[in-house]
Amino acid sequence: MSTVGKIHSFQSLGAVDGPGIRFVVFMQGCPYSCPYCHNPDTRPFSGGTEYTVEEIVEKAKRYKTYFGEKGGVTVSGGEPLMQAEFVAELFEELHKNGITTAVDTAGVRVTDAVRRVLRSTDTVLCDIKFPSDELYRKHIGTGIDTVLDFIEECNKTDADVVIRHVVVPGMTDSEDSIKQIASLAKSAKNLCKTELLPFRKLCEQKYKELGLDFPLADTPECDADTIKKLYSLI
Amino acid sequence: MFEQWNGFKSGRWQDEINVRDFIQLNYTPYDGDESFLCGPTARTAALNGKFSELLRQEQEKGGVLDIDTETVSSLTSYAPGYLDKENEIIVGLQTDSPLKRGVNPFGGINMTRKACKAYGYELSDKVENEFLYRTTHNDGVFRVYSDEIRAARHTGIITGLPDAYGRGRIIGDYRRVALYGIDKLIEEKKKDKVALASGNVEAEEIRRLEELFQQIAFLGKLKEMAAMYGYDISEPAKDSKEAVQWLYFGYLGAIKEQNGAAMSLGRTSTFLDIYFERDLKNGVYTESEIQEIVDDFVMKLRMARHLRTPEYNELFAGDPMWITEAIGGMGEDGRTLVTKSSFRILNTLYNLNPSAEPNMTVLWSDRLPMAFKRFAAKVSCDTDSIQYENDEVMRPVYGDDYAIACCVSAMRVGKDMQFFGARANLVKLLLMSLNGGRDEKSGLQVAPAGNRFEGEYLDYDTVLSLMDEYRPWLAKTYVKAMNMIHYMHDKYAYEKVQMALHDSDVHRYMAFGAAGLSVLADSLSAIKYAKVKVIRDESGLITDFVTEGDFPKYGNDDDRADLIAKEQIGLFFEELKKIPTYRGAEHTLSILTITSNVVYGKKTGNTPDGRRAGEPFAPGANPMHGRDASGALASLNSVAKLTYDVCKDGISNTFCVVPQALGGDDETRYENLSSIIDGYFGQNAQHININVFDRDMLIDAAEHPEKYPNLTIRVSGYAVNFHKLSKEQQREVIARTFHCCI
Repeated sequence: MSTVGKIHSFQSLGAVDGPGIRFVVFMQGCPYSCPYCHNPDTRPFSGGTEYTVEEIVEKAKRYKTYFGEKGGVTVSGGEPLMQAEFVAELFEELHKNGITTAVDTAGVRVTDAVRRVLRSTDTVLCDIKFPSDELYRKHIGTGIDTVLDFIEECNKTDADVVIRHVVVPGMTDSEDSIKQIASLAKSAKNLCKTELLPFRKLCEQKYKELGLDFPLADTPECDADTIKKLYSLI
Repeated sequence: MFEQWNGFKSGRWQDEINVRDFIQLNYTPYDGDESFLCGPTARTAALNGKFSELLRQEQEKGGVLDIDTETVSSLTSYAPGYLDKENEIIVGLQTDSPLKRGVNPFGGINMTRKACKAYGYELSDKVENEFLYRTTHNDGVFRVYSDEIRAARHTGIITGLPDAYGRGRIIGDYRRVALYGIDKLIEEKKKDKVALASGNVEAEEIRRLEELFQQIAFLGKLKEMAAMYGYDISEPAKDSKEAVQWLYFGYLGAIKEQNGAAMSLGRTSTFLDIYFERDLKNGVYTESEIQEIVDDFVMKLRMARHLRTPEYNELFAGDPMWITEAIGGMGEDGRTLVTKSSFRILNTLYNLNPSAEPNMTVLWSDRLPMAFKRFAAKVSCDTDSIQYENDEVMRPVYGDDYAIACCVSAMRVGKDMQFFGARANLVKLLLMSLNGGRDEKSGLQVAPAGNRFEGEYLDYDTVLSLMDEYRPWLAKTYVKAMNMIHYMHDKYAYEKVQMALHDSDVHRYMAFGAAGLSVLADSLSAIKYAKVKVIRDESGLITDFVTEGDFPKYGNDDDRADLIAKEQIGLFFEELKKIPTYRGAEHTLSILTITSNVVYGKKTGNTPDGRRAGEPFAPGANPMHGRDASGALASLNSVAKLTYDVCKDGISNTFCVVPQALGGDDETRYENLSSIIDGYFGQNAQHININVFDRDMLIDAAEHPEKYPNLTIRVSGYAVNFHKLSKEQQREVIARTFHCCI
């Protein structure tokens, strides 16, 4: 008997979602609808392919030689913690096999299952999407307390925390906004770094294929110089 | 004992020709970083500027700067040539002027004639007359080729055979010239000759006696050649500069004498490091002066040229010489063979700009010093000019003093040689098996008529048994062709300088090759897991397929497809091994195409995997473009399933990844690239070419070549200047899978 997870897809070479080389499991389903979402195809809770924990562990083991000391498995999505029980079981199994774990999340309401995930998580990659409750409610449909409470919960574990923030021109790229994000990030006890990710439009094609409007179709991409400048502030 | 050896630790190497023993006793492993390296001196920069200008002129003139059509290339046939006589540190050119190409008709006068014509020259009457009464290698081979071999060659089931040009792939131990000087080498060869003549003497011994005579004669010529440049190389080199110069003279003699496809350098940097360390310690040279010598040496190597025909360039694009230098690796005693000079030679890619030559080949082990691994990864990210080969799978076979010929062919330096043999097209074997021995494009009966596929839908077992019927024919035809080629090459174009720099008793490999592995695997997988209907033309020839349904594809770490590839390559090798080889050579097999994957594709009809007639194959052992959809590591895992035991002549894999997919910043990228190589080689894979760039850059470079004059990319076992590729080859490179992350 093994818990089943709904998986959107896998990426065998992940080098930007957690430390080292990562095997990335994209899980199906996300309750949020961020305007700049670059994986809109992972949002619906219907769809995806079911995999057991064992099946994924077997796949991950195929990449063990690449992981070295730092690399391992990252679950992303979608919002992986919407399937927290599955992720908890997967992480426990991975640890038994000597493989490190990371979860890429927007922060969710803390449940027992989420606590169980965190107990077997080596790295938490957590988004702080906006600096204020008002903007959170406007764009994401939930308050900022969800993510702050989640970070608080992470602080009760030894997991490393990386705070990530997408820089969208005209939306989240003001110096004030970035400074506020940086100060919110400091609430994480084991903060390793705060990553500023440039807004990209590589996902436009996906929206087209899904017949969805890309809400930020008219927004320009964020250039490298802006990111460099903003990093100097934090 | 020679006074030139002062300061070196004594050992067996002083009583016998034994370069490895000298290295092991005297080298200094280095586990530090690159911070000691020096940039180019003003002199180096000026010389390189001069050389770059010549390169520009060469490119402008269609790829060939000048040809001497009057003089047959040999060690002493040209007056000394210089790039800048006053300022050069290391001297010696193939002809009397930089980038001027000589003619070398020993492999075949036809090729020489055609090559001259292609660039607007006419081979002189003088050379034509000289060869009127002379048998070339090419003449010899075609005197004995059977109709069957000709047909196999004509239809392209066997392609690229070295029957009209020098076979190459032989690495002289050029280090011996520096360590021992020519006189000692001659003395040893003379002893070998006396010993050989004292035993039973039959055909093979007589042949060897004559070869030894020629080796001795050409060692003498090597001395003469050096004397023309003002050097006496009778005795060992006395310092760093002489060591490099002596070694280079050895190499120069080889490329004046031979126009082999791959003229590799060997494993020289750690050897030379011993001289450098001694001179640094004694204050003879500074670090900057040492780097200057290395830069000058590498500049000379970059000036090496052979005259080729356009057809040849289709197979081996970009004017390559495969001046392969094997760098690093681990010793049998557990010490690393990385020295400061492993860094210095890679540093030439910064000091002189990225370049395709020499073919920088890092012998990788997970145990290499961390700082060197990081530096190599950095050089890869910056220059795309390195290939990596797995020392952990090769050292157990060849020991710790082997080098790489061409792209992926390992050999013990000075102890092994190989008979190079291009490759057989396994996809055409499949199609021919379905068609009862007929060629699917021309309809010609190439193999003897036998069973053919009679039904409408292909079934896997029937197809496999048909292949079992035709594979022995292909193997036999291929081995016979190779035997004839190498018999004639030994007879009419024997490598006198290179073999003089081998032990007299050499081990020989016969290096077969296979092309089209991924298309074959996917086609068989389609037959096994989907439904494939055949389409016949009016003559009953199967010329097309309709494939319904999906099927697993090689390159996704899916055993269903990957193990088909593994099985097919194993079956072919088993069949080859059944046929005896010329001079008892050991059979080996490679999965390597160079750039001939484009030509092979052109010569091959529609295939059951959905590939259309004429479309290029994937290079080497690579999965087919775009079909390795499960990400980079899955693709690597598939290739890693092919075993080195079966493919001891090498398994080439070319990997393209966009910088962003390796990490967000440079340090992370270096670290991750190094982890990828560790992971791939940890599964006993043998070879990987690394390219770190994105497709848009290549598209831009194809449209605006002037913006990227030094753009070097790894193709299949070697690096090439992107602009030396034909438009068709550029398109094929652009179509390859670029692993990225979104």
